[in-house]
Parts: sequence; structure tokens; C-alpha cells
Amino acid sequence: MRGDAEAATVLRPRSPAEALRLFDRNRDALPIAGGTDLMVAWNAGGLAGRTFLDMSPLRAWSRIRPAKHAVVLGSLATHTDLLHDPIVRRRFPLLAEACATVGGVQIQNRGTIGGNVANASPAGDTFPPLAVYEAIVVVVSAGGRREIPFLEFFAGPKRSRLAQGELIESVRMPIPPRPPTRAMFRKVGTRAAQAISKTVAAGLLWLRRDGTVEELRVALGSMAPTVRRLRRAEAFVKGKRLTTEVVREACALVSADVAPIDDVRSTADYRLAVSRNLVYRFLGG
Amino acid sequence: MRVAFTVNGRRRAYAGSGMKRLLDVLREDLSLPGTKEGCGEGECGACTVLLDGQAVVSCLIPVAQAAGRRVATVESLGRPDRLSRLQESFLAEGAAQCGICTPGMLMTAEAYLRQGGRADDAAIRRELAGNLCRCTGYQHIVRAVQKAARVRQRASRTATPAARSRPGRRTRRRT
Repeated sequence: MRGDAEAATVLRPRSPAEALRLFDRNRDALPIAGGTDLMVAWNAGGLAGRTFLDMSPLRAWSRIRPAKHAVVLGSLATHTDLLHDPIVRRRFPLLAEACATVGGVQIQNRGTIGGNVANASPAGDTFPPLAVYEAIVVVVSAGGRREIPFLEFFAGPKRSRLAQGELIESVRMPIPPRPPTRAMFRKVGTRAAQAISKTVAAGLLWLRRDGTVEELRVALGSMAPTVRRLRRAEAFVKGKRLTTEVVREACALVSADVAPIDDVRSTADYRLAVSRNLVYRFLGG
Repeated sequence: MRVAFTVNGRRRAYAGSGMKRLLDVLREDLSLPGTKEGCGEGECGACTVLLDGQAVVSCLIPVAQAAGRRVATVESLGRPDRLSRLQESFLAEGAAQCGICTPGMLMTAEAYLRQGGRADDAAIRRELAGNLCRCTGYQHIVRAVQKAARVRQRASRTATPAARSRPGRRTRRRT
């Protein structure tokens, strides 16, 4: 059953610098933030014998702060922190909405944005918003710091491009130069709370005065091994007016950028049909 | 590993593995069996306790992460001979059936009320969405929380600012 608690070691750094030193010396350690996913695996016995690096004492990494043309979300900011933060709510409402759909309040109170990203679930509810806001993942190690564009962060289901010894310090959210004309977040699951999504969508649309599309960004989760932007549909509508024919054609292009599967939660056909309908509604206004 | 934390207002110390679940430490090491285990994977909310005032599932918290923090369990709400307002409401509305979800329901509702939650049906249902009950169909539970919220709202309305800072000298005035 459960991992043998007596055999487990928990490292508790008091500062980010100490965390990076400890992680550098204990390369096999598993970082634990809110624990909402890791502890499920631990309780099932999957992580027996591992060493854990407890991130929770690193208070400095839980802050949400404004920066130049951006907002920096500390990796340990919880879903609750994000959904109540006035700047996040104003600048990145789709992210706030997504945070409110993750698990139930108990999970929102513990789960962190950094943990959610590091976990690299194909169904991460915050991922479509992070993809359309074009977030940057800031990672640090004893050797230095690097920035990874959000979509490039994922290598596959539950696999990220974090190198050994690297921790997520923050997620930087560039503030869009103009507020979008339309925005959409929609999670489709079996139940409002606790459900893992069948499909999850976020969209931002900027229209010019003459009604033509200046820019469209749409991202889908649970529709491929990792979150995907609908590049083909986005490019197709650029500069066009959103007539019924244009919207229909854009919806037909959805399948070009995703690869849904049949699994316990849904079928590939259903996922694609619903995703197209979400895009249709969003573009159709 | 030694972990010092506050449980139900008392300083407590635990010595053992830091990966032991808070749920098990409460029940086995601190003799507080009021917190129940349901699913053990963070889906059902039965083991909800408050951590620094926030509702959390104790089956997903390694005790190491409770170090220096305040934990409140269902045992902190009231005693059999002196139940809390929320517990009285659960009793009055018949909000418990088999009882396994009740401690978790109470603690999630307690956090909601402490944060100033109102007697709003939709808001209460949203807040309790992480707590599963397989007996009651939720209606009675929602009504119990509404009732407790209304009593609380009335109490805070009748207490003038001066009276609030001086307990025992409440002016009974309805506005």
C-alpha cells in the first residue's frame, strides 16, 4: 500500500539558495509543493524509498508581483491565491477562471501553479489559459537560470523539459498590449468539481474596427499528449471577417493541431466534436 | 524528524517520519479520531481539516508541511454538551446520515463561514463541491450551512462596532 513513511527522507530548505544546493546534492529528490498530485502517488505506494524536497518553506516563491509589462506568479502561489488576486483577475481572467475549476476548494488551497506546470498533465486546467497568454516558465538551478516558453516546457504526458537539479521559480505572464475583444475559458468534465476534463479550452480574440481578425489565440487541453495551440485555425482567420463560412472552416481546422484519444473519461470523437463547438461558439460571438 | 505545530489551539510535537500523512498523525499520534479517511486520494473531502484557517485534505499533506502551522480539526468546533452553531444547524436540519463525510463537511463549511460566507445556495454548493456525501443528497447539508450563515449574519449585524470589541456588552438592536 502506502509508501513506507519510516524509510522516507524529507529535506526542508529554508531559502531558495539552500533548496538549489540541496537539490544539486540530492539529484534523485522529488520536489513537493502542494502535494495534491504527488501525495496520491505516495499513498498508492508508488514513491517508496524516495527522498523529498519540501518546497513549502520557500515563502519568497509564493508571491504574485507586477513586473515590467508582465506579472510574475511565484511558483508556490496556490490556485486560491491566483483566483483571489486582483491583478490576476483583471489582467488574466481566464487563468483565474481556470483556477476556480481545479479540484475542489481543498485542492485549490494547496495546489500550486508551479506544481501544476511541473506535473505536466495533458489535462492541466490552467494550461490553455497559460498557453494563450504566452506565459514564460522561469527555472533555476545551482548553475543558473533559464526561461522556457510555456508550450516548449512539455515533452509529453507527465514529462517536462526540466533538467536535473532545476526548480520552477516562477511563471511570468506578459500583459497583452491591448485587452482582447473576446475571451473564453471552458472546461468540459463529467462534474463541476473534482473532475478531470474531457476537453478544456481557452481563447483570446482581437478584432480590428472593421471587424477583421487582428489576432486569435486558442488552446485546448486533454486533446493531445500536451496542451496545444490551434495554429492552423489561428492563421486561417487572421485578417478575415468572422463570417459563418470562415468560422466553419476554422472549426474544421481544429483537428489539424490536436490528437484526441479514447480513454476512461471520454472518446476521441466526442472530444473533437465538443472542442469544435466551443471554438464555433467563441468565434461566432 | 521533529515537527512542532499547533493543533486545536494547543502546541503539539510529533517525532517520526515527515512523510506520514497529517491524517494519520492526527488520528494515531495525537488521539484525534474525529477526522475520517474516505478515499485517501484527495477526491472526497472526508478528511478535511483547517490549515492556517484554510480547508485542506489531510490525506494529501505530509506532516512535515504542517511544521509551524495551525491545524484545526472537527474536535475544535464544540463538545457533545456544547455544540457549535454550525453543528447545531447540522443536527436541526438532519444533515448527517451515515456520518463519515460529516467532519469534513463541517470543516469546509466552518472555513466558508469564517471567511464571511453568506447563506447563498450556489456559493455554498460551490464551496462544498469537494466534499462528497453518498447518503443525504446534499439538500439538508446546504440548508444547515445556510442556517448557520444566517445566524452568523444576524449576530454580526446586531453587534455594533463598540459592542464587538467588548464581548458581553452587546446591544440587542435589529437593523
